[in-house]
Amino acid sequence: MYNEKVVDHFTNPRNVGELTDADAIGETGSFKCGDTMKIFLKVKDNRIEDIKFLTFGCGAAIASSSMMTEMVKGKTLDEAMEISNKDVSDRLGGLPPLKLHCSNLAADALHDAINNYRKSHEAV
Amino acid sequence: MTKKLIYMDHGATTPVREEVLKAMLPYFNEYYGNPSSLHAPGREVRRAVEEARQKTAAALGAKPEEIYFTSGGTESNNLVLYGSAEKRASAGHIITTGIEHHAVFDVCQDLEKRGHRVTYLPVDRYGRVSPADVEKAITSDTFLISIMAANNEIGTLQPVSEIGLIAKSKGILFHTDAVQVVGQLPLDVNDLNIDALSLSAHKFNGPKGVGALYIRRGTKITPLYRGGGQERKLRPGTENVPGIVGLGKAVELSVAEIPTKRAATEKLRDRLIAGLLKIDDVILNGHPEERLPGNINVSFRHIEGESVLLSLDLEGIAASSGSACSSGSLEPSHVLKAIGLDHPTAHGSVRFTLGLGNSDADLDYTLEKIPLIVERLRNISPTYHSRQ
Ligand code: FES
Repeated sequence: MYNEKVVDHFTNPRNVGELTDADAIGETGSFKCGDTMKIFLKVKDNRIEDIKFLTFGCGAAIASSSMMTEMVKGKTLDEAMEISNKDVSDRLGGLPPLKLHCSNLAADALHDAINNYRKSHEAV
Repeated sequence: MTKKLIYMDHGATTPVREEVLKAMLPYFNEYYGNPSSLHAPGREVRRAVEEARQKTAAALGAKPEEIYFTSGGTESNNLVLYGSAEKRASAGHIITTGIEHHAVFDVCQDLEKRGHRVTYLPVDRYGRVSPADVEKAITSDTFLISIMAANNEIGTLQPVSEIGLIAKSKGILFHTDAVQVVGQLPLDVNDLNIDALSLSAHKFNGPKGVGALYIRRGTKITPLYRGGGQERKLRPGTENVPGIVGLGKAVELSVAEIPTKRAATEKLRDRLIAGLLKIDDVILNGHPEERLPGNINVSFRHIEGESVLLSLDLEGIAASSGSACSSGSLEPSHVLKAIGLDHPTAHGSVRFTLGLGNSDADLDYTLEKIPLIVERLRNISPTYHSRQ
């Protein structure tokens, strides 16, 4: 059901874990299946210096989280904001139709983290 | 090196055993007559069909004329539910449970749309329905009680004999979907006061696409199809002869083996349950004792069932999460909801169903791999991290 790339990111997910000194945290959950994803960001000079994730979800959700973190590391916040859910699933070489919503978690969680970062940094 | 394969999804389907395949083969091209034909090739095949009917009847303590061959469990369930509802002059009342297989559940919902009333009885946290609840639910127009003999997902056995007695005392038709039980545990339709029973060959090492419906003599139901006299007009259509022959052979063998097979399967089951429960935060779903010999259903808290299945599959272990037929849905199963599991716990549920060919070596391998899989996935899980 999943292609090799998805299985690879599922079995060897990149950037798993928490950043205890994160500059921002993003979180999202799927209404459809109840699964959740948490993103930790370290930002330097408006660039994503480090990113980590934790995901409670299916194979597609774990693979999407992993792929998304690889895609945005080193990118500016603006560039990272541009990344869409579809970009993530495309980079994974596609997901089964029923599983597309799982990849939606990844970009949404990232955008949530960036928004949270901006909110807290505009405030100071 | 061929990839390791440990098949622990016998609740979904089972391999056809050699003896069954051998019995079926001649009926594809050697004995190819139509059992409705009067000539010798037809009569030859008719004899084989009737022999299979006898074997099926014998396995259930029924009479051969009470067995109707169908295409499987789904059709048998549909036939008895729609057929008994159709027979009535006016709408009536049906009693079932909230944890039936979709082949009963969906039909009940459809019958509601057609004006019938349906009571979906609750189950306790082990998945058992209470006979007292069945009795209380009966109304003057209750015409059918349909309660599965064992649940396909969590393996819980229902108190069929008590329910049968209640139904009998009120003169209500009692149907049980015994698809998971035939060939696993002894069943006698008279001892248990069962009026109708569905079974499916591919659940006991027979072929797919063939099943049977037992209906107690004298019970009136309306056929779903028209257009032929086969199966005493209740199920017209040229018989699936090789399938029926295979069903007969499979039911004969699997029922004869129950006494020896059951103890061995239960031993494996209990060993796997004990091994899984050694892992932190694992919950056994279903009844601790009153469960199918080969069924193990657990929830791995903080992780998701599909991730576990995928990881198991990569290690060569085939299991399932809930019912294979509902795996296309993202919602946790209605069964897991009915036993009161919260959403994340239901989502972490995995079913292992043991059967022919499973050994202690399979369990050794599985019990070695699972803790590693669970640990890996929990390391990725936000809820597991926040728990610590
Ligand atoms: S994230 Fe829930 S099914 Fe994929």
